[in-house]
Amino acid sequence: MTTPKVSLTHLDQLWFQVAGTLCNLTCHHCFISCSPKNDSFGFLSLDQVRKHLDDSLIAGVKEYYFTGGEPFLNAEFVDILCLTLEYGPATVLTNGTVLKEEWVERLRKAESLSQYGLEFRVSIDGFSPESNDPIRGNGTFGRAMDGVLRLVDAGFLPIITAARTWPMEQDAEILDRFVQMLRDSGYAQPRLKILPTLQMGAEEQRTHGYLDSERLTDEMLTDFDFSQLVCDHSRIVTDRGVHVCPILIESPDSRLGETLSAACDDFPLSHGACMTCYQFGAICSNPSGQAYRVKSDEHGT
Amino acid sequence: MELENSGRESVLQIALLGGVYNNYLALEATLQDASQRGCDEIYCLGDLGAFGPYPDRVFPLLDQYNVTCVQGNYDDSIGNGLDNCQCGYTDPRDNHFAQLSFDYTLANTSSGNRAYLRQLPKEIRLERYGLEILLCHGSPRRINEFLWESATSTQFLEYLGKQHQADIIVGTHTGIKWLRQLADQRWFCNSGVVGRPENDGATNVWYTILDIQTGHHGSSKRRALENVSWRHVPIHYDYRRLACEMEQEAIPTEFIETIRSGWWTTCLEVLPGKERRRGRF
Ligand code: SF4
Ligand code: SF4
Ligand SMILES: [Fe+2]
Repeated sequence: MTTPKVSLTHLDQLWFQVAGTLCNLTCHHCFISCSPKNDSFGFLSLDQVRKHLDDSLIAGVKEYYFTGGEPFLNAEFVDILCLTLEYGPATVLTNGTVLKEEWVERLRKAESLSQYGLEFRVSIDGFSPESNDPIRGNGTFGRAMDGVLRLVDAGFLPIITAARTWPMEQDAEILDRFVQMLRDSGYAQPRLKILPTLQMGAEEQRTHGYLDSERLTDEMLTDFDFSQLVCDHSRIVTDRGVHVCPILIESPDSRLGETLSAACDDFPLSHGACMTCYQFGAICSNPSGQAYRVKSDEHGT
Repeated sequence: MELENSGRESVLQIALLGGVYNNYLALEATLQDASQRGCDEIYCLGDLGAFGPYPDRVFPLLDQYNVTCVQGNYDDSIGNGLDNCQCGYTDPRDNHFAQLSFDYTLANTSSGNRAYLRQLPKEIRLERYGLEILLCHGSPRRINEFLWESATSTQFLEYLGKQHQADIIVGTHTGIKWLRQLADQRWFCNSGVVGRPENDGATNVWYTILDIQTGHHGSSKRRALENVSWRHVPIHYDYRRLACEMEQEAIPTEFIETIRSGWWTTCLEVLPGKERRRGRF
Protein backbone atom coordinates (compact mmCIF):
# COMPACT_ATOMS: atom_id res chain seq x y z
CA MET A 1 0.00 0.00 0.00
CA THR A 2 1.47 3.38 -1.01
CA THR A 3 1.02 6.55 0.99
CA PRO A 4 -0.95 9.19 -0.90
CA LYS A 5 0.70 12.57 -1.44
CA VAL A 6 -0.56 16.10 -1.51
CA SER A 7 0.85 18.82 -3.78
CA LEU A 8 0.81 22.49 -2.99
CA THR A 9 -1.76 23.87 -5.44
CA HIS A 10 -1.02 27.47 -4.61
CA LEU A 11 0.16 29.18 -1.44
CA ASP A 12 -3.13 30.88 -0.50
CA GLN A 13 -2.52 31.00 3.24
CA LEU A 14 0.74 31.67 5.02
CA TRP A 15 0.70 30.77 8.70
CA PHE A 16 3.07 31.93 11.43
CA GLN A 17 3.67 29.95 14.62
CA VAL A 18 4.36 33.31 16.14
CA ALA A 19 4.38 32.25 19.80
CA GLY A 20 5.95 28.86 19.25
CA THR A 21 4.53 26.38 21.74
CA LEU A 22 4.31 28.92 24.54
CA CYS A 23 0.90 29.54 26.05
CA ASN A 24 -0.40 30.91 29.33
CA LEU A 25 -2.98 28.09 29.39
CA THR A 26 -2.70 24.31 29.35
CA CYS A 27 -5.91 23.14 27.71
CA HIS A 28 -6.69 19.44 27.92
CA HIS A 29 -7.36 19.18 24.18
CA CYS A 30 -4.45 21.27 22.87
CA PHE A 31 -3.12 19.33 19.89
CA ILE A 32 0.46 20.51 20.33
CA SER A 33 0.53 20.47 24.16
CA CYS A 34 1.33 24.14 24.55
CA SER A 35 2.04 25.47 28.03
CA PRO A 36 3.93 28.25 29.85
CA LYS A 37 6.96 25.92 29.94
CA ASN A 38 6.86 24.29 26.52
CA ASP A 39 9.51 26.20 24.59
CA SER A 40 10.27 23.49 22.07
CA PHE A 41 9.21 26.11 19.52
CA GLY A 42 10.06 29.73 20.32
CA PHE A 43 8.73 33.17 19.40
CA LEU A 44 9.15 34.56 15.88
CA SER A 45 10.67 38.02 15.74
CA LEU A 46 9.36 40.95 13.72
CA ASP A 47 12.36 40.64 11.42
CA GLN A 48 11.81 36.94 10.83
CA VAL A 49 8.19 37.61 9.96
CA ARG A 50 9.12 40.50 7.68
CA LYS A 51 11.46 38.30 5.66
CA HIS A 52 8.70 35.79 4.96
CA LEU A 53 6.14 38.52 4.26
CA ASP A 54 8.47 39.86 1.58
CA ASP A 55 8.88 36.39 0.09
CA SER A 56 5.12 35.93 0.17
CA LEU A 57 4.60 38.75 -2.33
CA ILE A 58 6.24 36.77 -5.11
CA ALA A 59 4.34 33.66 -4.05
CA GLY A 60 1.05 35.55 -4.39
CA VAL A 61 -0.17 34.72 -0.88
CA LYS A 62 -3.82 35.66 -0.34
CA GLU A 63 -3.98 35.90 3.47
CA TYR A 64 -1.95 35.48 6.67
CA TYR A 65 -2.71 33.53 9.84
CA PHE A 66 -1.07 33.76 13.26
CA THR A 67 -1.15 31.06 15.91
CA GLY A 68 0.78 29.63 18.84
CA GLY A 69 0.60 28.93 21.63
CA GLU A 70 -0.84 32.29 22.54
CA PRO A 71 0.33 34.87 19.96
CA PHE A 72 -0.10 37.82 22.34
CA LEU A 73 2.63 36.43 24.63
CA ASN A 74 5.08 37.52 21.94
CA ALA A 75 6.06 41.09 22.85
CA GLU A 76 6.48 42.03 19.19
CA PHE A 77 3.14 40.64 18.13
CA VAL A 78 1.19 43.89 17.84
CA ASP A 79 3.99 45.31 15.66
CA ILE A 80 3.92 42.12 13.61
CA LEU A 81 0.19 42.47 12.97
CA CYS A 82 0.47 46.13 12.04
CA LEU A 83 3.20 45.25 9.55
CA THR A 84 1.21 42.34 8.12
CA LEU A 85 -1.79 44.55 7.43
CA GLU A 86 0.38 46.36 4.88
CA TYR A 87 0.75 43.07 2.99
CA GLY A 88 -2.68 41.49 3.24
CA PRO A 89 -5.55 40.28 5.41
CA ALA A 90 -4.57 38.83 8.80
CA THR A 91 -6.25 36.40 11.17
CA VAL A 92 -5.16 35.72 14.75
CA LEU A 93 -5.99 32.57 16.68
CA THR A 94 -5.98 33.60 20.33
CA ASN A 95 -7.33 32.38 23.65
CA GLY A 96 -8.43 35.95 24.38
CA THR A 97 -7.20 35.94 27.98
CA VAL A 98 -4.24 38.29 27.77
CA LEU A 99 -5.53 41.07 25.49
CA LYS A 100 -4.65 44.56 26.62
CA GLU A 101 -6.90 47.47 25.80
CA GLU A 102 -4.07 49.57 24.35
CA TRP A 103 -3.09 46.75 21.98
CA VAL A 104 -6.65 46.38 20.78
CA GLU A 105 -6.86 50.15 20.21
CA ARG A 106 -3.67 50.16 18.18
CA LEU A 107 -4.79 47.22 16.10
CA ARG A 108 -8.15 48.81 15.42
CA LYS A 109 -6.38 51.90 14.13
CA ALA A 110 -4.02 49.84 11.97
CA GLU A 111 -6.96 47.94 10.52
CA SER A 112 -8.91 51.05 9.65
CA LEU A 113 -5.86 52.46 7.83
CA SER A 114 -5.41 49.22 5.89
CA GLN A 115 -7.45 48.08 2.92
CA TYR A 116 -7.41 44.65 4.56
CA GLY A 117 -9.22 43.15 7.50
CA LEU A 118 -7.90 41.84 10.80
CA GLU A 119 -9.86 38.89 12.16
CA PHE A 120 -9.68 37.45 15.67
CA ARG A 121 -10.61 33.87 16.37
CA VAL A 122 -11.09 33.42 20.08
CA SER A 123 -11.19 29.88 21.45
CA ILE A 124 -13.95 29.23 23.96
CA ASP A 125 -15.08 25.66 24.33
CA GLY A 126 -18.41 26.03 26.06
CA PHE A 127 -21.14 28.62 26.48
CA SER A 128 -20.66 28.71 30.26
CA PRO A 129 -17.84 28.42 32.80
CA GLU A 130 -19.27 25.01 33.71
CA SER A 131 -18.74 23.67 30.19
CA ASN A 132 -15.58 25.62 29.26
CA ASP A 133 -13.42 25.72 32.37
CA PRO A 134 -12.99 21.97 32.92
CA ILE A 135 -11.32 21.87 29.47
CA ARG A 136 -9.48 25.20 29.29
CA GLY A 137 -8.79 25.83 32.98
CA ASN A 138 -10.37 27.57 35.96
CA GLY A 139 -11.57 31.09 35.32
CA THR A 140 -10.73 30.97 31.60
CA PHE A 141 -14.33 31.43 30.46
CA GLY A 142 -14.62 34.78 32.21
CA ARG A 143 -11.20 35.94 31.08
CA ALA A 144 -11.77 34.95 27.47
CA MET A 145 -15.17 36.67 27.47
CA ASP A 146 -13.48 39.80 28.81
CA GLY A 147 -11.17 39.63 25.81
CA VAL A 148 -14.08 39.08 23.41
CA LEU A 149 -15.94 42.11 24.77
CA ARG A 150 -12.80 44.23 24.63
CA LEU A 151 -12.54 43.40 20.93
CA VAL A 152 -16.25 44.03 20.39
CA ASP A 153 -16.03 47.39 22.16
CA ALA A 154 -13.20 48.41 19.85
CA GLY A 155 -15.33 47.51 16.83
CA PHE A 156 -13.98 44.07 15.93
CA LEU A 157 -16.28 41.09 15.36
CA PRO A 158 -14.31 38.18 16.82
CA ILE A 159 -15.13 34.67 15.62
CA ILE A 160 -15.66 32.40 18.61
CA THR A 161 -14.21 28.98 17.86
CA ALA A 162 -15.24 25.99 19.90
CA ALA A 163 -13.62 22.59 19.66
CA ARG A 164 -16.36 19.99 19.46
CA THR A 165 -16.03 18.23 22.81
CA TRP A 166 -19.66 17.08 22.59
CA PRO A 167 -21.45 14.63 20.26
CA MET A 168 -22.01 16.14 16.79
CA GLU A 169 -25.80 15.73 17.07
CA GLN A 170 -25.80 18.47 19.69
CA ASP A 171 -24.21 21.07 17.37
CA ALA A 172 -27.40 23.01 16.61
CA GLU A 173 -28.47 23.24 20.25
CA ILE A 174 -25.03 24.24 21.50
CA LEU A 175 -24.66 26.80 18.71
CA ASP A 176 -27.97 28.37 19.77
CA ARG A 177 -26.92 28.59 23.39
CA PHE A 178 -23.59 30.10 22.40
CA VAL A 179 -25.28 32.77 20.31
CA GLN A 180 -27.68 33.54 23.13
CA MET A 181 -24.86 33.83 25.67
CA LEU A 182 -22.88 36.16 23.38
CA ARG A 183 -25.90 38.36 22.67
CA ASP A 184 -26.72 38.54 26.38
CA SER A 185 -23.15 39.64 27.07
CA GLY A 186 -23.47 42.52 24.62
CA TYR A 187 -22.07 41.03 21.40
CA ALA A 188 -24.82 41.93 18.90
CA GLN A 189 -23.38 40.30 15.74
CA PRO A 190 -21.87 37.08 17.13
CA ARG A 191 -19.80 34.87 14.83
CA LEU A 192 -19.12 31.22 15.65
CA LYS A 193 -17.16 28.34 14.23
CA ILE A 194 -17.11 24.77 15.52
CA LEU A 195 -13.91 22.80 15.01
CA PRO A 196 -13.29 19.08 15.29
CA THR A 197 -10.75 18.03 17.93
CA LEU A 198 -7.50 16.43 16.86
CA GLN A 199 -6.42 13.24 18.60
CA MET A 200 -2.90 14.50 19.32
CA GLY A 201 -0.87 16.26 21.99
CA ALA A 202 -2.83 16.73 25.19
CA GLU A 203 -6.00 15.53 23.48
CA GLU A 204 -4.28 12.20 22.92
CA GLN A 205 -4.21 11.77 26.70
CA ARG A 206 -7.72 13.17 27.16
CA THR A 207 -9.34 10.66 24.80
CA HIS A 208 -7.17 8.48 22.60
CA GLY A 209 -4.58 8.84 19.87
CA TYR A 210 -4.93 7.72 16.28
CA LEU A 211 -4.89 3.99 15.64
CA ASP A 212 -2.28 2.68 13.21
CA SER A 213 -5.14 1.71 10.94
CA GLU A 214 -6.36 5.32 10.83
CA ARG A 215 -4.33 6.32 7.80
CA LEU A 216 -5.35 7.66 4.44
CA THR A 217 -5.12 5.43 1.39
CA ASP A 218 -5.09 6.22 -2.32
CA GLU A 219 -8.43 4.54 -2.57
CA MET A 220 -10.03 6.89 -0.05
CA LEU A 221 -8.68 9.86 -1.97
CA THR A 222 -10.03 8.88 -5.36
CA ASP A 223 -12.28 11.78 -6.36
CA PHE A 224 -11.48 13.59 -3.11
CA ASP A 225 -11.47 17.39 -3.11
CA PHE A 226 -7.91 18.10 -1.92
CA SER A 227 -8.70 21.78 -1.43
CA GLN A 228 -10.34 20.65 1.81
CA LEU A 229 -6.85 19.98 3.21
CA VAL A 230 -4.86 22.88 4.64
CA CYS A 231 -1.63 21.46 3.17
CA ASP A 232 -3.11 21.83 -0.33
CA HIS A 233 -2.86 25.63 -0.11
CA SER A 234 -0.85 26.58 3.01
CA ARG A 235 2.50 26.48 4.74
CA ILE A 236 3.51 27.52 8.26
CA VAL A 237 6.61 29.33 9.44
CA THR A 238 8.10 28.38 12.82
CA ASP A 239 11.41 29.33 14.39
CA ARG A 240 12.82 26.17 12.82
CA GLY A 241 11.76 26.85 9.25
CA VAL A 242 8.79 26.30 6.99
CA HIS A 243 6.50 23.33 7.68
CA VAL A 244 3.73 21.66 5.74
CA CYS A 245 0.79 22.59 8.01
CA PRO A 246 -0.01 24.01 11.45
CA ILE A 247 -1.15 20.63 12.74
CA LEU A 248 2.02 18.60 12.29
CA ILE A 249 4.81 21.01 13.27
CA GLU A 250 6.06 18.66 15.99
CA SER A 251 6.71 15.85 13.50
CA PRO A 252 10.26 16.16 12.14
CA ASP A 253 9.12 15.28 8.61
CA SER A 254 6.80 18.29 8.54
CA ARG A 255 9.69 20.74 8.10
CA LEU A 256 10.14 21.21 4.37
CA GLY A 257 12.74 23.95 4.14
CA GLU A 258 14.19 27.22 5.35
CA THR A 259 12.25 29.53 3.04
CA LEU A 260 8.87 29.53 1.32
CA SER A 261 10.32 28.74 -2.07
CA ALA A 262 12.16 25.77 -0.61
CA ALA A 263 9.03 24.38 1.01
CA CYS A 264 6.82 23.65 -1.99
CA ASP A 265 7.44 19.90 -2.23
CA ASP A 266 4.73 17.26 -2.17
CA PHE A 267 3.97 15.82 1.24
CA PRO A 268 2.98 12.23 2.10
CA LEU A 269 -0.30 12.11 4.02
CA SER A 270 1.02 9.52 6.42
CA HIS A 271 -0.18 10.92 9.75
CA GLY A 272 -3.21 10.04 11.83
CA ALA A 273 -4.23 13.71 11.91
CA CYS A 274 -4.55 13.63 8.12
CA MET A 275 -7.56 11.43 8.76
CA THR A 276 -9.30 14.23 10.69
CA CYS A 277 -8.58 16.73 7.92
CA TYR A 278 -9.99 14.21 5.46
CA GLN A 279 -13.16 13.74 7.50
CA PHE A 280 -13.88 17.30 8.49
CA GLY A 281 -12.30 19.42 5.77
CA ALA A 282 -11.21 23.05 5.90
CA ILE A 283 -10.84 23.14 9.65
CA CYS A 284 -8.38 25.99 9.82
CA SER A 285 -9.71 28.60 7.35
CA ASN A 286 -12.14 31.42 7.96
CA PRO A 287 -15.62 30.82 6.54
CA SER A 288 -15.15 33.81 4.20
CA GLY A 289 -12.18 32.16 2.53
CA GLN A 290 -13.66 28.79 1.82
CA ALA A 291 -14.69 27.50 -1.56
CA TYR A 292 -15.24 23.83 -1.96
CA ARG A 293 -15.17 22.16 -5.34
CA VAL A 294 -18.48 22.33 -7.19
CA LYS A 295 -20.06 19.25 -8.75
CA SER A 296 -19.33 20.13 -12.33
CA ASP A 297 -15.59 20.54 -11.60
CA GLU A 298 -15.53 16.93 -10.47
CA HIS A 299 -16.65 15.80 -13.87
CA GLY A 300 -14.21 18.04 -15.60
CA THR A 301 -16.79 20.02 -17.54
CA MET B 1 -7.41 66.34 -26.25
CA GLU B 2 -4.71 64.56 -28.20
CA LEU B 3 -5.24 64.47 -31.91
CA GLU B 4 -4.11 61.45 -33.85
CA ASN B 5 -4.60 60.69 -37.48
CA SER B 6 -6.67 57.69 -36.45
CA GLY B 7 -9.56 60.05 -35.99
CA ARG B 8 -12.01 60.91 -33.27
CA GLU B 9 -11.84 59.50 -29.79
CA SER B 10 -14.75 57.47 -28.56
CA VAL B 11 -15.43 55.20 -25.63
CA LEU B 12 -16.19 51.52 -25.65
CA GLN B 13 -18.67 50.92 -22.83
CA ILE B 14 -19.02 47.40 -21.48
CA ALA B 15 -21.83 46.81 -18.97
CA LEU B 16 -21.09 44.16 -16.34
CA LEU B 17 -23.74 42.87 -14.01
CA GLY B 18 -23.95 39.90 -11.67
CA GLY B 19 -26.21 38.10 -9.20
CA VAL B 20 -29.70 38.52 -10.60
CA TYR B 21 -31.23 36.22 -7.95
CA ASN B 22 -34.60 36.15 -9.83
CA ASN B 23 -34.92 39.92 -9.35
CA TYR B 24 -36.26 40.53 -12.85
CA LEU B 25 -37.52 44.02 -11.95
CA ALA B 26 -34.06 45.24 -10.99
CA LEU B 27 -32.61 43.42 -13.98
CA GLU B 28 -34.97 45.21 -16.34
CA ALA B 29 -34.18 48.59 -14.78
CA THR B 30 -30.45 47.84 -15.11
CA LEU B 31 -30.68 46.80 -18.73
CA GLN B 32 -32.73 49.89 -19.58
CA ASP B 33 -30.13 52.05 -17.87
CA ALA B 34 -27.28 50.36 -19.73
CA SER B 35 -28.91 50.79 -23.12
CA GLN B 36 -29.86 54.40 -22.40
CA ARG B 37 -26.22 55.08 -21.66
CA GLY B 38 -25.36 53.52 -24.97
CA CYS B 39 -23.41 50.54 -23.63
CA ASP B 40 -21.92 48.61 -26.53
CA GLU B 41 -21.91 45.20 -24.88
CA ILE B 42 -23.70 43.72 -21.87
CA TYR B 43 -22.46 40.75 -19.84
CA CYS B 44 -24.01 38.97 -16.89
CA LEU B 45 -21.57 37.18 -14.59
CA GLY B 46 -23.99 34.55 -13.33
CA ASP B 47 -26.35 33.50 -10.54
CA LEU B 48 -29.61 34.18 -12.36
CA GLY B 49 -31.67 32.47 -9.67
CA ALA B 50 -31.97 32.63 -5.87
CA PHE B 51 -34.48 34.17 -3.49
CA GLY B 52 -36.56 36.43 -5.75
CA PRO B 53 -39.92 35.49 -7.33
CA TYR B 54 -40.77 33.96 -10.74
CA PRO B 55 -37.37 32.71 -11.98
CA ASP B 56 -38.54 32.33 -15.57
CA ARG B 57 -39.10 36.07 -15.98
CA VAL B 58 -35.35 36.73 -16.06
CA PHE B 59 -34.61 34.84 -19.27
CA PRO B 60 -36.66 36.81 -21.86
CA LEU B 61 -34.96 40.01 -20.64
CA LEU B 62 -31.51 38.55 -21.23
CA ASP B 63 -32.62 37.66 -24.70
CA GLN B 64 -34.27 40.99 -25.43
CA TYR B 65 -31.18 42.99 -24.46
CA ASN B 66 -28.72 40.59 -26.02
CA VAL B 67 -26.95 39.79 -22.73
CA THR B 68 -24.14 37.23 -22.80
CA CYS B 69 -23.91 35.18 -19.59
CA VAL B 70 -21.25 33.43 -17.58
CA GLN B 71 -22.40 30.49 -15.45
CA GLY B 72 -22.61 31.07 -11.69
CA ASN B 73 -22.67 28.40 -9.00
CA TYR B 74 -26.43 28.79 -8.73
CA ASP B 75 -26.85 28.29 -12.48
CA ASP B 76 -24.71 25.17 -12.35
CA SER B 77 -26.88 23.83 -9.52
CA ILE B 78 -30.27 24.71 -11.05
CA GLY B 79 -29.22 23.73 -14.56
CA ASN B 80 -28.00 20.34 -13.43
CA GLY B 81 -30.76 19.77 -10.86
CA LEU B 82 -28.34 19.45 -7.93
CA ASP B 83 -29.66 19.54 -4.40
CA ASN B 84 -28.18 22.86 -3.18
CA CYS B 85 -26.70 26.16 -4.33
CA GLN B 86 -23.03 25.27 -3.69
CA CYS B 87 -22.34 28.42 -1.71
CA GLY B 88 -20.81 26.22 0.97
CA TYR B 89 -22.59 27.55 4.02
CA THR B 90 -21.98 25.67 7.24
CA ASP B 91 -24.25 27.53 9.63
CA PRO B 92 -27.51 25.57 10.04
CA ARG B 93 -29.67 28.72 9.86
CA ASP B 94 -27.95 29.91 6.67
CA ASN B 95 -28.40 26.49 5.13
CA HIS B 96 -32.06 26.42 6.07
CA PHE B 97 -32.88 29.66 4.25
CA ALA B 98 -30.56 29.00 1.32
CA GLN B 99 -32.33 25.67 0.83
CA LEU B 100 -35.83 27.19 0.81
CA SER B 101 -34.98 29.63 -1.98
CA PHE B 102 -33.07 26.97 -3.86
CA ASP B 103 -35.97 24.52 -3.81
CA TYR B 104 -38.35 27.29 -4.91
CA THR B 105 -36.12 28.31 -7.81
CA LEU B 106 -35.51 24.75 -8.94
CA ALA B 107 -39.25 24.00 -8.92
CA ASN B 108 -40.09 27.17 -10.86
CA THR B 109 -37.45 27.22 -13.58
CA SER B 110 -38.65 25.67 -16.84
CA SER B 111 -36.73 22.78 -18.33
CA GLY B 112 -35.85 24.93 -21.35
CA ASN B 113 -34.30 27.58 -19.12
CA ARG B 114 -32.51 24.91 -17.12
CA ALA B 115 -31.00 23.62 -20.33
CA TYR B 116 -29.84 27.18 -21.07
CA LEU B 117 -28.21 27.46 -17.61
CA ARG B 118 -26.47 24.14 -18.08
CA GLN B 119 -24.65 25.17 -21.22
CA LEU B 120 -23.41 28.55 -20.01
CA PRO B 121 -19.62 28.93 -20.05
CA LYS B 122 -17.62 29.16 -16.79
CA GLU B 123 -15.68 32.10 -18.18
CA ILE B 124 -15.75 34.51 -21.09
CA ARG B 125 -12.60 36.01 -22.56
CA LEU B 126 -12.73 39.25 -24.49
CA GLU B 127 -9.95 40.93 -26.37
CA ARG B 128 -10.57 44.64 -26.79
CA TYR B 129 -7.88 47.02 -28.02
CA GLY B 130 -5.22 44.53 -27.09
CA LEU B 131 -6.52 44.04 -23.55
CA GLU B 132 -7.26 40.56 -22.28
CA ILE B 133 -10.46 40.73 -20.26
CA LEU B 134 -11.59 37.71 -18.27
CA LEU B 135 -15.17 37.52 -17.02
CA CYS B 136 -15.90 34.88 -14.37
CA HIS B 137 -18.30 34.28 -11.50
CA GLY B 138 -16.35 33.76 -8.24
CA SER B 139 -12.71 33.70 -9.27
CA PRO B 140 -10.97 32.56 -12.45
CA ARG B 141 -9.97 29.35 -10.69
CA ARG B 142 -13.17 28.47 -8.90
CA ILE B 143 -16.77 29.33 -9.64
CA ASN B 144 -17.75 29.64 -5.96
CA GLU B 145 -14.66 31.29 -4.52
CA PHE B 146 -15.49 34.40 -2.50
CA LEU B 147 -13.11 37.24 -3.22
CA TRP B 148 -13.91 39.93 -0.65
CA GLU B 149 -12.21 43.28 -0.71
CA SER B 150 -10.91 43.07 2.86
CA ALA B 151 -9.83 39.44 2.59
CA THR B 152 -8.00 39.35 -0.75
CA SER B 153 -4.42 40.57 -1.10
CA THR B 154 -3.25 42.47 -4.15
CA GLN B 155 -0.42 39.99 -4.81
CA PHE B 156 -2.97 37.17 -4.96
CA LEU B 157 -5.02 39.01 -7.59
CA GLU B 158 -1.83 39.66 -9.55
CA TYR B 159 -1.07 35.96 -9.38
CA LEU B 160 -4.55 35.17 -10.76
CA GLY B 161 -4.05 37.66 -13.57
CA LYS B 162 -0.73 36.07 -14.55
CA GLN B 163 -1.97 32.53 -14.16
CA HIS B 164 -5.00 33.19 -16.35
CA GLN B 165 -3.32 35.63 -18.74
CA ALA B 166 -5.72 38.46 -18.05
CA ASP B 167 -5.15 42.20 -17.84
CA ILE B 168 -8.58 42.71 -16.36
CA ILE B 169 -10.55 40.21 -14.27
CA VAL B 170 -14.20 40.80 -13.44
CA GLY B 171 -16.23 38.64 -11.05
CA THR B 172 -19.28 38.85 -8.79
CA HIS B 173 -20.62 36.16 -6.35
CA THR B 174 -20.03 37.99 -3.07
CA GLY B 175 -22.80 40.57 -3.54
CA ILE B 176 -20.65 43.63 -2.81
CA LYS B 177 -18.86 45.61 -5.52
CA TRP B 178 -15.23 46.64 -5.29
CA LEU B 179 -12.31 47.56 -7.46
CA ARG B 180 -8.54 47.19 -7.12
CA GLN B 181 -5.80 48.46 -9.37
CA LEU B 182 -2.94 45.98 -9.66
CA ALA B 183 0.67 46.23 -10.79
CA ASP B 184 1.22 47.59 -14.31
CA GLN B 185 -2.21 49.22 -14.25
CA ARG B 186 -4.05 45.92 -14.45
CA TRP B 187 -7.39 45.54 -12.67
CA PHE B 188 -9.61 43.32 -10.62
CA CYS B 189 -13.26 44.33 -10.34
CA ASN B 190 -16.27 42.90 -8.58
CA SER B 191 -19.29 44.12 -10.51
CA GLY B 192 -21.68 44.01 -7.57
CA VAL B 193 -25.09 42.40 -7.98
CA VAL B 194 -28.44 43.54 -9.29
CA GLY B 195 -30.45 40.98 -7.33
CA ARG B 196 -30.26 42.48 -3.87
CA PRO B 197 -29.05 45.62 -2.16
CA GLU B 198 -25.55 45.84 -0.81
CA ASN B 199 -26.12 45.44 2.94
CA ASP B 200 -25.84 49.18 3.45
CA GLY B 201 -29.40 50.07 4.39
CA ALA B 202 -30.24 51.40 0.92
CA THR B 203 -32.71 49.65 -1.39
CA ASN B 204 -30.91 50.27 -4.69
CA VAL B 205 -28.69 47.71 -6.41
CA TRP B 206 -25.47 48.15 -8.44
CA TYR B 207 -23.86 47.24 -11.73
CA THR B 208 -20.58 48.33 -13.28
CA ILE B 209 -19.51 49.88 -16.57
CA LEU B 210 -16.00 49.37 -17.93
CA ASP B 211 -15.00 52.23 -20.21
CA ILE B 212 -12.13 51.95 -22.64
CA GLN B 213 -11.16 55.12 -24.51
CA THR B 214 -10.53 54.27 -28.10
CA GLY B 215 -9.08 56.11 -31.06
CA HIS B 216 -5.40 55.38 -30.31
CA HIS B 217 -4.95 52.80 -33.03
CA GLY B 218 -1.76 50.86 -32.96
CA SER B 219 -1.16 51.82 -29.34
CA SER B 220 0.52 49.48 -26.89
CA LYS B 221 -1.15 47.49 -24.16
CA ARG B 222 0.22 49.97 -21.66
CA ARG B 223 -1.48 52.74 -23.55
CA ALA B 224 -4.72 50.81 -23.68
CA LEU B 225 -4.58 50.21 -19.90
CA GLU B 226 -4.10 53.91 -19.34
CA ASN B 227 -7.40 54.41 -21.11
CA VAL B 228 -9.42 52.14 -18.83
CA SER B 229 -11.86 53.57 -16.31
CA TRP B 230 -14.74 52.23 -14.25
CA ARG B 231 -18.15 53.36 -13.10
CA HIS B 232 -20.27 51.68 -10.44
CA VAL B 233 -23.85 52.59 -11.25
CA PRO B 234 -26.67 52.59 -8.68
CA ILE B 235 -30.04 51.30 -9.91
CA HIS B 236 -33.31 52.22 -8.27
CA TYR B 237 -36.18 49.94 -9.16
CA ASP B 238 -39.67 49.07 -7.92
CA TYR B 239 -38.51 47.10 -4.88
CA ARG B 240 -41.93 47.42 -3.21
CA ARG B 241 -43.51 45.52 -6.06
CA LEU B 242 -40.78 42.87 -5.84
CA ALA B 243 -41.39 42.50 -2.10
CA CYS B 244 -45.16 42.08 -2.67
CA GLU B 245 -44.57 39.44 -5.30
CA MET B 246 -42.19 37.62 -2.97
CA GLU B 247 -44.95 37.61 -0.38
CA GLN B 248 -47.41 36.22 -2.90
CA GLU B 249 -44.96 33.44 -3.64
CA ALA B 250 -44.55 32.67 0.09
CA ILE B 251 -40.80 33.35 0.02
CA PRO B 252 -39.38 33.58 3.58
CA THR B 253 -39.84 37.00 5.18
CA GLU B 254 -36.12 37.18 5.93
CA PHE B 255 -35.40 37.65 2.21
CA ILE B 256 -38.24 40.12 1.75
CA GLU B 257 -36.92 42.19 4.62
CA THR B 258 -33.58 42.50 2.82
CA ILE B 259 -35.30 43.84 -0.30
CA ARG B 260 -37.28 46.37 1.76
CA SER B 261 -34.56 47.45 4.21
CA GLY B 262 -31.30 47.05 2.33
CA TRP B 263 -29.82 44.93 5.13
CA TRP B 264 -28.80 41.29 4.71
CA THR B 265 -30.50 38.97 7.18
CA THR B 266 -29.10 35.53 6.32
CA CYS B 267 -26.01 33.84 4.90
CA LEU B 268 -23.84 36.27 6.85
CA GLU B 269 -21.25 33.73 7.98
CA VAL B 270 -19.23 34.11 4.78
CA LEU B 271 -18.76 37.86 5.26
CA PRO B 272 -15.36 38.94 6.59
CA GLY B 273 -15.47 41.12 9.70
CA LYS B 274 -14.85 44.37 7.89
CA GLU B 275 -17.73 43.86 5.44
CA ARG B 276 -20.00 42.39 8.11
CA ARG B 277 -19.50 45.36 10.39
CA ARG B 278 -21.03 47.68 7.81
CA GLY B 279 -24.29 45.73 7.96
CA ARG B 280 -26.91 45.65 10.67
CA PHE B 281 -26.98 41.88 11.39
S1 SF4 C 1 -5.47 25.11 22.94
FE1 SF4 C 1 -4.72 27.19 22.54
S2 SF4 C 1 -5.08 28.26 24.48
FE2 SF4 C 1 -5.19 26.10 24.95
S3 SF4 C 1 -3.11 25.51 25.57
FE3 SF4 C 1 -3.25 25.11 23.38
S4 SF4 C 1 -2.48 26.97 22.42
FE4 SF4 C 1 -2.98 27.50 24.55
S1 SF4 D 1 -2.52 16.98 9.06
FE1 SF4 D 1 -4.00 17.79 7.56
S2 SF4 D 1 -3.06 19.60 6.75
FE2 SF4 D 1 -1.45 18.47 7.77
S3 SF4 D 1 -0.49 17.18 6.17
FE3 SF4 D 1 -2.11 15.95 7.11
S4 SF4 D 1 -3.93 16.35 5.84
FE4 SF4 D 1 -2.44 17.95 5.39
FE1 LIG E 1 -22.58 32.89 -6.65
